[in-house]
Amino acid sequence: MLDATTHRSSRLPDAPGVGYKPQHFTEIVDDAGPVAWLEIHAENYMGDGGRPIAQLRHLAERFAFSVHGVGLSIGGEGPLDSEHLARLKHLVGWLDPASFSEHLAWSTHDSAFLNDLLPLPYTEATLARVAEHVDEVQNVVGRRMLLENPSSYLAFEESTLTETDFLREVARRTGCGLLLDVNNVFVSATNLGTDPISYIDAFPVELVGEIHLGGHDDDEDDHGAPLLIDNHGREVADPVWSLFDYTIRKSGPKPSLIEWDNDVPEWPVLKAEACRAAKVLEAATA
Amino acid sequence: MRVNQTSFRHALLDPEAARPDGLSDGMGRPAGRRFDVYRNNVSVSLTEALEVGFPVIRKLVGHDNFKVLAAAYLRRHPPHSPLMMHFGAELPSFLADFEPTRQTGYLPDIARLELAIRESYHAADADPINPAELEALPPEALIGSRVQLAPALRQVRSPWPIFSIWRFNVEEGAKSPEMAAEDVLIARPDMDPVPGLLPSGGAEFINALLTGATFGDAMDKASEASWDFDLPVVLTLLVEMKTIVEIGG
Repeated sequence: MLDATTHRSSRLPDAPGVGYKPQHFTEIVDDAGPVAWLEIHAENYMGDGGRPIAQLRHLAERFAFSVHGVGLSIGGEGPLDSEHLARLKHLVGWLDPASFSEHLAWSTHDSAFLNDLLPLPYTEATLARVAEHVDEVQNVVGRRMLLENPSSYLAFEESTLTETDFLREVARRTGCGLLLDVNNVFVSATNLGTDPISYIDAFPVELVGEIHLGGHDDDEDDHGAPLLIDNHGREVADPVWSLFDYTIRKSGPKPSLIEWDNDVPEWPVLKAEACRAAKVLEAATA
Repeated sequence: MRVNQTSFRHALLDPEAARPDGLSDGMGRPAGRRFDVYRNNVSVSLTEALEVGFPVIRKLVGHDNFKVLAAAYLRRHPPHSPLMMHFGAELPSFLADFEPTRQTGYLPDIARLELAIRESYHAADADPINPAELEALPPEALIGSRVQLAPALRQVRSPWPIFSIWRFNVEEGAKSPEMAAEDVLIARPDMDPVPGLLPSGGAEFINALLTGATFGDAMDKASEASWDFDLPVVLTLLVEMKTIVEIGG
């Protein structure tokens, strides 16, 4: 459990943020619209210098930042990569972001990094391992982290816990917060035949430090059942906006991110998505 | 039925391998092609990372061939770090060995050039010296001086015209390559790495400076390698490309 005195007091504003893409640098500086904070994938800013770091330093003077790791493999069966943890500590140390988060997933095994967020069985053994890894991350990086719910395309027969119970228990054991990806909730519920509203109702929203919204693609499985693919390559779908609205009514306004990582659009398109999120957040405070 | 990450990983990277047991659609039926979503994510995301790192190789071999090449590469050399900026370090040796590309002798050196450009892009920042500092040095002091070169500086030497091939593929209207050995200097005068052709002896000169030789010793090395080594030309290039970050005795 992380010592509460090491928690940083500043936090992300309860306003829209976007996943930062370098091609939007000038427009974000000139016309951010309702965007109050930016999120970066930690691994893209672990070089020694050059344009990525220079842009980050510049933007950090104006925007709150969220550092979002995609490569730590917190659910990995093996030990965490200590070199990578040290790189995270370094980045979080100099940038001093308002938030730091990672995924409930694995991506590295036997030193091979697979560049995808791979699924975990929800068992007591996985729970013990994930909690141990989250503890280690928080101790090394020196601050509280948020753990994000994944998007699922399949289920493990050996699972004995629900995802919401699993996340709640990791948070209880480690003191970490949670990152609620509403698109992932919708994608997983559709793919596994469960109810997204029940998932939100079971989710400990009081532990949510950040919300993610992103686009998904439609496919189908061997039996013609819908199979949604979380690809962050288009606008947030209407049912996900509805689920976001439902969530925000329950939780109150939260820092809410638009993720668009593939087929990245022009800035006005991304800004329009942030405006839509702003309306939902404003309605909840009205 | 338990599925461990060893069997999961094995089936992810080998499309011929059977999908692991113990995975379902959440409604009691086997997961089937749902597993292939992960297979596809892994191969597409790693292939894209290679495409981003090696745009000229991709252009030279063609888009479809690059996908075949990437599929073979990522099975033989999966990344060992989550930093995609370093992915592809073994591509030069892979290209020299891979059956469809081994006859195309210049490809590995083009891959080295693209790797060097990417390394330069992410290298540490360093302020260049004021050129007046260098101009103010009397010749005898210059001969005995040592310099520190920018972390973003890279060199790639090749028996092939790699700079001309690279430029022909990235610059509209660049002249077509002619057979010649070419040495390339990559420097980062601002934020973007700039590859440029090094005159003869330049590579030996820079290599000597990188190992701590004085200007005088580096000149000797360069002149031994090339009778027509031209110091002012190379020195001007180094200064204009802002590669000298410190000069001292």
